[in-house]
Amino acid sequence: MHALANPTRFMRLAGTILPWTIAAAAVCLAAGLWQALVVSPPDYQQGETVRIMYVHVPSAWLAMFIYMVVAAGSASFLIWKHPLADVAAQAAAPIGAAFTAMALATGAIWGQPTWGTWWVWDARLTSVLVLLFLYLGYIALVNAFDDPERGARAGAVLALAGVINIPIIKFSVDWWNTLHQPASLTRLDAPAIHSSMLVPLLLMAAGLFMYFLAVLIIRMQSAMLVRRSRALGRVACGTAGPQA
Amino acid sequence: MTRFFVIILRELRIGLRHLSDISAVLAFFALVATLFAFGVGPLALGDLAGGVLWTAALLAAMLSLDRLFQPDHDDGGLVLLVLSPVPLELVVLAKVIAHWLTAGVPILVLAPLLGFALQLPEGSLSGLLTGMALGTPILSLLGALGAALVLGARRAGVLTALLILPLVIPVLIFGVAATDPANGAAPVLFLAAMLLGALALCPWATAAALRQSVL
Repeated sequence: MHALANPTRFMRLAGTILPWTIAAAAVCLAAGLWQALVVSPPDYQQGETVRIMYVHVPSAWLAMFIYMVVAAGSASFLIWKHPLADVAAQAAAPIGAAFTAMALATGAIWGQPTWGTWWVWDARLTSVLVLLFLYLGYIALVNAFDDPERGARAGAVLALAGVINIPIIKFSVDWWNTLHQPASLTRLDAPAIHSSMLVPLLLMAAGLFMYFLAVLIIRMQSAMLVRRSRALGRVACGTAGPQA
Repeated sequence: MTRFFVIILRELRIGLRHLSDISAVLAFFALVATLFAFGVGPLALGDLAGGVLWTAALLAAMLSLDRLFQPDHDDGGLVLLVLSPVPLELVVLAKVIAHWLTAGVPILVLAPLLGFALQLPEGSLSGLLTGMALGTPILSLLGALGAALVLGARRAGVLTALLILPLVIPVLIFGVAATDPANGAAPVLFLAAMLLGALALCPWATAAALRQSVL
């Protein structure tokens, strides 16, 4: 892992695996969408609306997973001062915010026909909304300083403080009696979902995860280029002080 | 330990010399409550009074956060506090206690008066006051973290509210639940648990945020 902290080595590796992640995302998403929309059966209660699940559930998983990526990058940036960890955290945050917004939007579209309402203020929905605000607050805080280094450090502290929300989201359906159903996949016994629905769900999750990796790599590459051009600009202007 | 109390006394003295700050917070608190009274109309007010008072208190508490660290940051006193032999976590705790005494307690004192004005139901007052007595210190603790994070940022005031208001949603939920006597003691116990958790964690996070701001 520490070998990857070298930016040059990382850039070379990222450039090599980027086409593979894009290809994997395309294959998984195509197969997953075909399975989800054509092969998998409609639900005996919900009918065709159940197909929203194949987008909703992977988005919600990724929304939480990406926040943990942001938090892990922030921790590694604060503890070991890895500059790449900070780049990764900042690059991942907008993707996570987009997946959170997608989980909320698909959840509302799914809730209208099945629950009879777009939105309820129950624990699961509220805590995911808080997650979206945490993402937006992190992005706003990182960009609020004239010195990017200072914004990165403040954002890292905030990202770590917000980790407390993740277990609340995960266990909200168990702690409180909510309208949102509890987890049917990550249980100790067999998953409470038939394989004809499980296969497309996992394919979609894998496809969206590969999509996340591809976008993350592209965003990190461009962030590194921005930093390099900024540093070159400082050298060209002759303003590179002893600390630069 | 003496130094700890010296910092509290210093902060209190500064707070009392800026009485207009405290009265501005209280006036804002009363004004927001009044706006709700006009916006909602007198008929529906009684049931909403608990939630209105809590929301107004949250917004008023946001308003007072910029005087926690900003003056010390501007005049360089913050560096001396970071370098002082007192652990920074204790400095933060002292400042939070002083902030609660000069912002939380006045809100707490004004709340019953506004409760009468907003036709708060008879049995709700004790729940409101217990909830606020436990909830306002949480606001000061979390607010200190927000105030420390935005030191030196552009548009710091708006940013503090953006960072902290989502985090205090649980306080609002259980605080409003505590005003309904039908809910029993559970919301008050939740608030007490959150206060203890915030008391244990927030000073460390705030100290980390302060250290990186003066580096």
